[in-house]
Amino acid sequence: MNVGSWMLWGFVATVVLTTALVATQELRLTRVNIPLLLGSVFTPERSRAKALGTLLHLVNGWIFSLLYVAAFQAWGKAGLWRGMAIGLVHASFVLVAGLPALPGIHPRMAHDSWGPTARRQLEPPGWLGLHYGPFTPVTILLAHLLFGAVLGAFYKVH
Amino acid sequence: MTWTQPPIQDLALIGDCRSAALVDRRGDVVWLCWPRFDSDALFAALVDADRRGHWCLRPAPEDGWRVERRYLPDTNVLQTRFIREDAEVVLTDCMTVAGEDDQRRLLLPEHELLRHVECVRGEVPIEHALVLAPAFGRKKARVHAHPTLGLRCEAPAGAFLFRGEVPLSQTATPGAFAARFTLRAGESRRFSLTYSAQAPSVLTPLGATSDDAIRRTVRWWRTWAAVCIYRGPYRDAVIRSALALKLLCYAPSGAIVAAATSSLPERVGGSLNWDYRYCWIRDAAFTCRVLYDLGYADEAEAFIEWLLHITRLSQPRLQVMFDVFGNPSPRERELEGACGYRDSRPVRLGNGAVRQRQMDLHGELLDAVYAHCRRGGELDRDTEQLLADLGNYVARSWRLPDRGIWELRGPPRPYTHSRVLCWTALDRLIELHQERHIRRVKLDLPALFRARDEIRRTVLEEGYDQRTDSYVEYLGGRDPDAALLLLPWYAFEPADSPRIRGTFRRVVAELSAPHGLFFRNPTLRRMGDGGFVACGFWAAELLADGGGPLPLAHAWFEQLLHCRNDVGLMSEELDPATGDAIGNFPQAYSHVGLISVALALEARARLERGRPTPAAVAEEAAP
Repeated sequence: MNVGSWMLWGFVATVVLTTALVATQELRLTRVNIPLLLGSVFTPERSRAKALGTLLHLVNGWIFSLLYVAAFQAWGKAGLWRGMAIGLVHASFVLVAGLPALPGIHPRMAHDSWGPTARRQLEPPGWLGLHYGPFTPVTILLAHLLFGAVLGAFYKVH
Repeated sequence: MTWTQPPIQDLALIGDCRSAALVDRRGDVVWLCWPRFDSDALFAALVDADRRGHWCLRPAPEDGWRVERRYLPDTNVLQTRFIREDAEVVLTDCMTVAGEDDQRRLLLPEHELLRHVECVRGEVPIEHALVLAPAFGRKKARVHAHPTLGLRCEAPAGAFLFRGEVPLSQTATPGAFAARFTLRAGESRRFSLTYSAQAPSVLTPLGATSDDAIRRTVRWWRTWAAVCIYRGPYRDAVIRSALALKLLCYAPSGAIVAAATSSLPERVGGSLNWDYRYCWIRDAAFTCRVLYDLGYADEAEAFIEWLLHITRLSQPRLQVMFDVFGNPSPRERELEGACGYRDSRPVRLGNGAVRQRQMDLHGELLDAVYAHCRRGGELDRDTEQLLADLGNYVARSWRLPDRGIWELRGPPRPYTHSRVLCWTALDRLIELHQERHIRRVKLDLPALFRARDEIRRTVLEEGYDQRTDSYVEYLGGRDPDAALLLLPWYAFEPADSPRIRGTFRRVVAELSAPHGLFFRNPTLRRMGDGGFVACGFWAAELLADGGGPLPLAHAWFEQLLHCRNDVGLMSEELDPATGDAIGNFPQAYSHVGLISVALALEARARLERGRPTPAAVAEEAAP
């Protein structure tokens, strides 16, 4: 494994992913706010949660990029399309399994089945994250395709 | 029964220092803009009864109830009490707010309108109707009903989430929901509407959590109100006006919007309908002084900072108005198909006056900065240079005709009030220099002195009519103008000078409207203008400042207090025939006027008793 290349392009891909998601929020395409969702696990204070969540998201992205890198190493080569293919799988997992499972993990997220409580008040994402807006699946998919594309295009296997 | 728009004086304001809603005496929220004061409205039935949204929660049937309203003391939490011989229902409405400590401790909605209905006596059917109409009803409401999470309405600007302790059923109209339920003595129900722009919503679990949110909101407003240092005889009126002003202050920037609404008409059925959800530089000097004199230095400083920030963007010319972040207000456009408030069309969004030249703005700004510096404020070098540039512009350009304080859309004229404000700009700039608030940039003092004196000479010669013994609307003109009551306020001439007394007499004789108010000028009077509330306060302030005996000033002021509605709020004007409120509501300028007179009366009373005023003490104590 090319550690230097992973560290650099894993980080760059995560920054691109984060930027793309923030841009889609600003464009009012989705209300999925990964930094807030991650940070609010640890603190209810919005601004602090967003700052902490951004850091966590960067670290998460880096860690997740290891899976991409492992696949590239197994194939013996990287590439734009290979990266995007993994991104597609990654996004599908996030939308179909990751987001709907959040209410079971997140201590401040309401549950679809019994609604909000005094402690759990954050709106759950629902299937495919559709509670956060009808374009949420598309934006998440595109962001992850971008993530995989950057990593695939620039990661050097050797 | 056909739904009718309420009289303007039946409205009460709730808000969260970012956005506002209006509730009428029937328990109907008829106006709500989220996330900002100037955002598209979710509820706009106030200006379009046919198709726009509203949220009604009241005992049924609608008739047969005596309604009493009040704000919980020293708060912007509204309580409407519906009383009948055998029953009583209390409706509490607020937009929730929280202090920094609570925001650190709790995950709170970005915006929330909370309603709590409680039956005190008897057994009462409650009628509940919610019509969601995003973007003034121009966008189709896509509403998803979830059994445990509530109703979610997706709009281009974000998501609205409704939750209630009684389920609503969809009606045949898209976006409309209704329910009817019965409350018995001691029972209550809570309803919450939240808005989220860019993040997952925070859902209110209602019950005790909502009660806590109301308590938190009450505490927040009371903590703010407790800062007020005014202790005079009109404390209740002053606090109510200060709370209205605070609510209209956009917290993230410090800007204060002129009113919470757009297109409430200056003449019912007419076309004088403007969007006032923007910030006018014109209101700067008055607003700044009253905030300081009430003890709200933080708000005053934030307001000055905002003023200086926006001024930098367009100086040395100044724009008339801005949005809450200092961007030029949007181009004026008409809301297609809206029937307006009681057929007052068109409904306008944005404000066309933004492109006018108004030569009084520099004086307002420099007077506000002067008040800021006199109370301990400091200027950096860039600001000193900015003020110097503004002064140089005024010295060069004071002769330019303009649209004046009343923003008349006819030909520009050399309005006397605007020339006096040009004099004010140069006078305050020179004072700032002489008092060493401006010390790092070089002023062309001889040119400034020369221009200031020339303006004064011109106003005294051409802005004064010997035959009528009064100042006149514009140089060389003959008509009176109620804005000339402000000349002593800017220290152009003492309130007890013969010329000012003559002007006051003429304005009273020719422009008086009922209730101690004035028409603004003869032209606007002919156009059917109402009695302008702020002008009434200017007259009272002129009397309080020495233009007349103190008892007369008190009497005038007390007469003006009747212009307030049952919860102490004022519009821009009163209809001279009916006494009904007209124009946008509530009007910040009217409330600033009320506070300013109360402070002036207190100052005069203390002066006559030989004691310093709280403002003078604060000024003396300032570094």
